[in-house]
Amino acid sequence: MTSTTPDAVPMSQWPSDYEYVIPVAPGPDVVTVTIDGNAVEVPRGELLIKAAQQHGTYIPRFCWHERMKPVGMCRMCLVEIEGMRGLQISCATPVADGMVVRTQSDVVKKAQDGVLEFLLINHPLDCPVCDRGGECPLQDQTLAFGPGESRFVEEKRHYEKPIAISDLVLLDRERCIQCGRCTRFAAEIAGDPLIDFGGRGGSTEVITYPDEKFSSYFSGNTVQICPVGALTAAAYRFRARPWDLETVETSCQTCAVGCRGALDSTSNRIVRLLGVDSEPVNQGWLCDKGRYGYEWVHSPDRVRAPRVRIAGDSGEASWPEALDAAAAGLRRALDGRGPTSIGVLGGARGTNEDAFLWARLAKEVLGTDNVDAQLGDGLPAEVVLGLPRAVISDLDRARGIVLLGPDLKEELPVLHLRVRRAAVELGVPLVEIAPRATGLTREAAAVLRHAPGEAAAIGQAFARALAGDGTASGDGQIERAVAALDGREGDLVVVLGRQSLAESADSVVAAAAALAQVPGVKFLSALRRGNVHGALDMGLAPGFAPGRVAVDGPPGLDAAGILAATAAGDIDTLVLLGTDLLCDFPDRALVRRAFDEVRFVVAVGAFASDVADRADVFLPTSVWGEKNGSTTNLEGRVMRLARLVTPEGTAMEDWRIASELALRFGTDFGLETVEAVQDEIARVAPAYAGVDATLLARARDGVVVPVAAHPGEIVLQPAPGVSAGVSWEPIRPTPVVEPDADDAAPPEVPADQPDLYRWDRAATAPVAVPPDAYSLRLVVARTLYDTGRTVSSSPSLSSLATGPVLVVHPSDLSRLGVAAVGDTVRVTSARGSVEVAVRTDTAVAPGTCFMPFAQGAGEPAPNDLVAVGDAVTELRVESTR
Amino acid sequence: MTQETRIVSKFLRDHPGDSWTIEAALANGTYATLDTLFDRAPEDIIQQVADSGLRGRGGAGFGTGQKWSFLPKDVFPRYLAVNGDEGEPSTFKDHMLVEGDPHQLIEGIVITSYAIQAHHAFVYLRGEFALGAERLGQALADAYARGFVGKNVKGSGYDLEIVLHRGAGCYIAGDETGLLSSLEGERAMPRIKPPFPAVQGVYAAPTIVNNIETLSTVPHILRNGAEWYAAMGVNRSKGTRLFSVSGHVERPGNYEVELGITFRDLIVGLAGGVRDGKKLGFFIPGGASSPWLLEEHLDAPLDMDYVQSELSATTMLGSGAVMVYDETVDPLLVAWRIAKFFAHESCGKCTPCREGSGWLEKVLYRMLHGYGRPEDLDLMLGFGNNLAPGLGWPPGMTTICQLGPSTMSPVVSLNRFWRDEIIERMTRDAERRDALTVKAAV
Repeated sequence: MTSTTPDAVPMSQWPSDYEYVIPVAPGPDVVTVTIDGNAVEVPRGELLIKAAQQHGTYIPRFCWHERMKPVGMCRMCLVEIEGMRGLQISCATPVADGMVVRTQSDVVKKAQDGVLEFLLINHPLDCPVCDRGGECPLQDQTLAFGPGESRFVEEKRHYEKPIAISDLVLLDRERCIQCGRCTRFAAEIAGDPLIDFGGRGGSTEVITYPDEKFSSYFSGNTVQICPVGALTAAAYRFRARPWDLETVETSCQTCAVGCRGALDSTSNRIVRLLGVDSEPVNQGWLCDKGRYGYEWVHSPDRVRAPRVRIAGDSGEASWPEALDAAAAGLRRALDGRGPTSIGVLGGARGTNEDAFLWARLAKEVLGTDNVDAQLGDGLPAEVVLGLPRAVISDLDRARGIVLLGPDLKEELPVLHLRVRRAAVELGVPLVEIAPRATGLTREAAAVLRHAPGEAAAIGQAFARALAGDGTASGDGQIERAVAALDGREGDLVVVLGRQSLAESADSVVAAAAALAQVPGVKFLSALRRGNVHGALDMGLAPGFAPGRVAVDGPPGLDAAGILAATAAGDIDTLVLLGTDLLCDFPDRALVRRAFDEVRFVVAVGAFASDVADRADVFLPTSVWGEKNGSTTNLEGRVMRLARLVTPEGTAMEDWRIASELALRFGTDFGLETVEAVQDEIARVAPAYAGVDATLLARARDGVVVPVAAHPGEIVLQPAPGVSAGVSWEPIRPTPVVEPDADDAAPPEVPADQPDLYRWDRAATAPVAVPPDAYSLRLVVARTLYDTGRTVSSSPSLSSLATGPVLVVHPSDLSRLGVAAVGDTVRVTSARGSVEVAVRTDTAVAPGTCFMPFAQGAGEPAPNDLVAVGDAVTELRVESTR
Repeated sequence: MTQETRIVSKFLRDHPGDSWTIEAALANGTYATLDTLFDRAPEDIIQQVADSGLRGRGGAGFGTGQKWSFLPKDVFPRYLAVNGDEGEPSTFKDHMLVEGDPHQLIEGIVITSYAIQAHHAFVYLRGEFALGAERLGQALADAYARGFVGKNVKGSGYDLEIVLHRGAGCYIAGDETGLLSSLEGERAMPRIKPPFPAVQGVYAAPTIVNNIETLSTVPHILRNGAEWYAAMGVNRSKGTRLFSVSGHVERPGNYEVELGITFRDLIVGLAGGVRDGKKLGFFIPGGASSPWLLEEHLDAPLDMDYVQSELSATTMLGSGAVMVYDETVDPLLVAWRIAKFFAHESCGKCTPCREGSGWLEKVLYRMLHGYGRPEDLDLMLGFGNNLAPGLGWPPGMTTICQLGPSTMSPVVSLNRFWRDEIIERMTRDAERRDALTVKAAV
């Protein structure tokens, strides 16, 4: 059974969003509806417009959007229903048994013609200079359903055009057809109701509030769902014409959600990323950082040729020279103090193939287990790899969601949307365990607020309360949380990540250990970097081999351990895989000490940086958009990454660099293509068994590993390697075709698989640090726009970084009396002291303070105040006057 | 000589100096129905109102008791929303009721709230009714103080909070779903029905929306019985109604009459006929939304169903606002002025209304100012047919609410009664422009 076949309507009549369908299998509760004479079975209660589309009848529409509630504004989807007076809007009419619907009768055609005539009377028809021309639903539907000529002879309405409603989005009010998709998205999906309609009648226009821009992290989605060219993206305006674009479907790698997207290029430059509606992953949405963060790929700061330091001076070298130099440096370490004198840091930004071969190079060829893809800002690998895992869609039907981690809106924005939808639309109770208010606090059924660094105690109390051992929290929130979960079915999904970089991970880990005892609990990792989960799976972590299996014997050092050992002289050779430690590592002093002591550094990456300048050998790599491969997102979904443009300079894939280096140590991996590496991973990594190149090429939404634990969730495309069709609405590359019987068979997994690693650590005692009345306890976390490479090398985003700031509760500022809002204060911890501007926010709890992480290499930074391993960081705030 | 039949307007007419005060109201016996109200079952009251044949006085004329009976069983809380956003041009009956007899309204609200088992009622009052808001506010305070409203009304154990909410000046807040949106703090945009307000209204709870005049009538039905009320009126138009007569008449004002008398009785008998000895040009029988009538229709009865289905020029009694124009008035001017009103008040939600109402206004303006074309009338009817399919009454709809199709009423009326004159005039205008070689931008 197929859902939509494009042959049902002549191609000239395909509207832009024709292909997009979410398949709904007729369940037991189906009704029979007659649409244009064809009796079809559809689920009871399905909206008519959707039911018709699933059976090949496209009803034109502007305001209706699959992912939002119907509003019935545009009146384009009017149909005739027998027994009902007048015409009905099919976007808001649920199907009923025996309904007889006509979508192409003369009356309907006249109404469609009329609506389009109305829509066009004030539309400027500046299609030749409109970004949307060529992929515009209004254009397409006018052609298919509209009048040929206008009877309107009056003057059209005029506005100043365009106006910037945010730093990223521009509004042309003349083109707007007032469908309300953008305003509804902002309120309904993003939860940032910063745009709305103003005026009325023909003067109705989309407006922002007088003193507030549309500064939503999700504003770019409004550009994508706008059915005309009223909203345009600053980054894409006038960059290309749709018919000149080349497109591939890929996953965004800005964070670990891995949103599916259609990446567009023209003249070998990436110009746009659009969200693809992948039901299990991103449901069509992207965050603005992901959407516009492609710009860094073509940054002039990219390193385009290898560099080798000879006698103190770094200069360009050929690849063979550079690889030989790198191998020689590593050889000296092996010959000197042995394999354990080598540390490998980073690798969470590459592909699985990169991570796999680098892990093999490090562990098998060089023989060191001092390998860590995380940079002291995540969680121990054994926790991430060893807890029972949830998938993103588990959130939709969970018994409850416990947020024990960072502010998802800042770090994993599209996961934030999914959690928000679960809490707001699907009624899943959300329990927030956090030291400060997050973007989800408003939606939470209960908020377990705790002092920074003391998640353990409250997490353990909550776990006890869930087990029926009630211990009252002071504010009754634990009782509220337990009551909200009471009587609900399903799994308890804990979204687990690092709450703050100003404290060790121990407290959150202890809380997780307690919650792991709750029956039916699953964990969804909230680690941030694009492919950190793939890197950990591939063995870029101490103590692990590829495929989530632990190696025997004592594990090697993690990032903090490697840097400490380097500072102590026990490690003298570092390999850096795409990291800028001075920016990324929470304890800058430790990084500086390590770099003072290290003898030899190989940097593998795309950008020059302070650290890269210190490198003895710099090997430039190709990046996202320039190479094929696969990635694993935070739920363990392995998805394809596609190459669209040629790499800058002579940059090479990381995995190929690893292979080349291995050859210089006498090991030939024998893997010459990405597909060969994928097949090898499927062969040797137990968690990835069966997930070979063939399956990855055909699995539409990727494959959640291990496949044995997620049977029946793989949707295959009809042929491998089909690229995304150019289409604007939530995009699907090809019509969904049910797999053949052969295809439906699960991938073969060898029987004798080793057990995957499980973490079963006994609950530890909570850390309780006595508060210091003269200090504010520090929370350090990322904001979406920081000065990391994605933002700082993307011109559209670079001005949006928060900048260094100390945020305190208003009552603390008046209590301390040292400064007013905007003043510069001196903050001092046990480790260091910086001067920084102060501002207030009630999202920060009294007695605590917040500093955003990574806000400029040369700026006063929290990683000058924090020492890795400290349970908490207390700050004294002093006046600088 | 035709006489008024005063029921809801009796007390305020009889006591023009103090009818809004609690003392006068108590002396008049207002609130007396509350003495026995709570001994009765709510269903009993709904049945009585249904039996009386009372139909909504806001304009749509839906059976009041029937509307109340649409509430889904066992779904609580429920709300009563009082539609006091009287925005239909030249309608001023609720204006008078809320200023003149607020206690009668409160009594009606208490009865209705009890009947539908609501514990919260919202009075959505048109923002411009400053005096009405002041008097209703005072009346509410007095009613609370005397225990007619609030916790444990009259010792019955029944609680009722009445909230007075003032609108911000928007016609479409008078549509029941637009009113609910506005009440919730949103733009007053009508919502898709179903779900109907009785199922999902304000705050997504079952809500009954009733007009001020409707609710002011309810205490009288309880006091005198359903049979008494049903005995008045004609056919399915029972009881009395307030008609706001305005325009070129000798005595404009509100007249409460028994339904079934004729327009002639109302306009000539009560309002004194066209002033200054002039002849009647045309009149608008039910607010600006309704199609117009001529002298020849004066003997039609004030019967909601008759004017809608049996009269040769189908129209409606609507909000009961009768606008009378003498023979000197240019119908095109009136049509343009009404179109301008609707273009201004269209909320902007549905495409046909948002764009069509403005288009209509622009064409009429052009025609009025000498830049019309002979084909413009058919042009308006042409695109108007996509706004009010069929162009009849009641109109077909391509929009959510009635505002869209209502914009076509003046044009339909122009075409009905003055088609030849208008085409001739536009032809003349075109020729005049040609002669002057002053070509319109068209």
